[in-house]
Amino acid sequence: MFTTDDLKTLFAAFAARMATERDHLCALDGAIGDGDHGIAMEQGMAAAAKAAAETEGTLQDICNAAAKGFLNAVGASSGPLYATGFLRAGKALGPVTSVPQAQVLSIIPAIRDGIAHRGKAVPGQKTMLDTWHPAAEAVIGGATAAEVLRTATEGAEATRAMTATLGRAERLGARAVGHPDPGAVSALMLIEEILARIVPPPAD
Amino acid sequence: MQTQKLINDGNLAVDEMLAGILAAHPQHLWRPEHAPRAVIARHGPRPGKVALVIGGGSGHEPTFLGFVGKGLADAAAIGNVFASPPPQPAVDAALAANGGAGVLFMYGNYAGDVMNFDMAAELLEMEGIEARTVLTTDDIASSPVREKRRGVAGNVFIFKAAGAAADLMLPLDEVERIARHANARTFTMGVALSSCSLPQTRRPSFDLPPGEMEIGMGIHGEPGVRRGPLRPADEVTDEIMDALLAEMGASRGDRVAVLVNSLGATPLMELYILHARVAARLAQAGLSVHKVLVGPYCTSLDMAGASITLMHLDDELTRLIDHPCDCAMFRQG
Repeated sequence: MFTTDDLKTLFAAFAARMATERDHLCALDGAIGDGDHGIAMEQGMAAAAKAAAETEGTLQDICNAAAKGFLNAVGASSGPLYATGFLRAGKALGPVTSVPQAQVLSIIPAIRDGIAHRGKAVPGQKTMLDTWHPAAEAVIGGATAAEVLRTATEGAEATRAMTATLGRAERLGARAVGHPDPGAVSALMLIEEILARIVPPPAD
Repeated sequence: MQTQKLINDGNLAVDEMLAGILAAHPQHLWRPEHAPRAVIARHGPRPGKVALVIGGGSGHEPTFLGFVGKGLADAAAIGNVFASPPPQPAVDAALAANGGAGVLFMYGNYAGDVMNFDMAAELLEMEGIEARTVLTTDDIASSPVREKRRGVAGNVFIFKAAGAAADLMLPLDEVERIARHANARTFTMGVALSSCSLPQTRRPSFDLPPGEMEIGMGIHGEPGVRRGPLRPADEVTDEIMDALLAEMGASRGDRVAVLVNSLGATPLMELYILHARVAARLAQAGLSVHKVLVGPYCTSLDMAGASITLMHLDDELTRLIDHPCDCAMFRQG
């Protein structure tokens, strides 16, 4: 079973990973954006993890607290997007204190839905959705963890060749081609953390 | 190598700056106790008046909070460096400034700001307060399509016109119309000579080699339309003025307001060198200069570079631009 403690550990893992990758993500963002993506993700996930850790209640309560924590800490673009994603993830897990391991992957399509709803984006626009969307579709199609990881990795990598049509990189036109989208790269890191901690890792 | 900054802790930079600003300008600004990132005009908000609430990321000072005061904006929502504020500070700012005649949110056109302020507007609606939005889109280098352009230094003129309209107690419909009209007639283009660096990273946000400049650079260091060798001031000014005048499509005898803005590190000497050429080009085009601002009005931390803004005035905008205002970092009349 996947418990509230496991969920808190997952948010803590998100925070630790974003802290580690902060400067790398900022450098990616500097090439095609404003250079602060790593900072927003680090601060947002730190606040999400703190709010999650301090919340007693159901899996949904913890996701809601993490969403609010992330949003109020950073704003930016990632704030509303991940906050909405976490709210949907909480709905998918439900007002319970544990779910079977098999249900945990449902947070990937839920986060995808929240991000797409809030950002009004579609796949192919060189955004974080280009990672979340193929991963979500793989989960819905019953793929193994290894397959989900592979599609997410391909999705993030594919943003390299895309021209942005949404977000700050949009104004760059062809100059953004050749650079991966930093939001897609951080999304892949989060999916890696979900897969590594919740299900038997891909190596099994 | 890390850039040198007079800060204590990169993560505290915005809040420590706010503490300093509130300590320096208590006669202009106050902050609700429960809302550390909402800054409200001491004078200005009053019953029956549309509340003009501006906001966005920090690092552009005196934009946004320096333009909060009587005759201009009623409140500002303050984000982290280069990041939109979350919805809550915008809600807090709007509630503190609300005079019962509706709220107008004005901010630059960036995806993050739009999401956060739209969420704020939804939250205000739930409280029965009407909130409308006018995005500023004056950066002509950022897209051929007006609605997709970024909002940059031209904000000061656009906010000024809308703030004057609100101060004249015009209704929300009128303030919104004037804000859109002011935005449609304001045109900005900039050039960057060096990168800024964020307080949290203290590393250049982008790589601009010595001897190069970036034309059309955004105010967060977003790459511009092209990169090329640094040229003398007159040549750079000519390239910018050619683009601005072509966009503006003014007739001889028309009036303009001019802003020659520093992106942070470029000194007044260079701004006035630019303005000498701007003035010559405007005279050559037969345009009369009604108002000139020269200085740091919309910065990008420590970026070197400048932007030039032209507002194409008509009788209505001229009156509004001339309306008195008294803000912590901008006074007139």
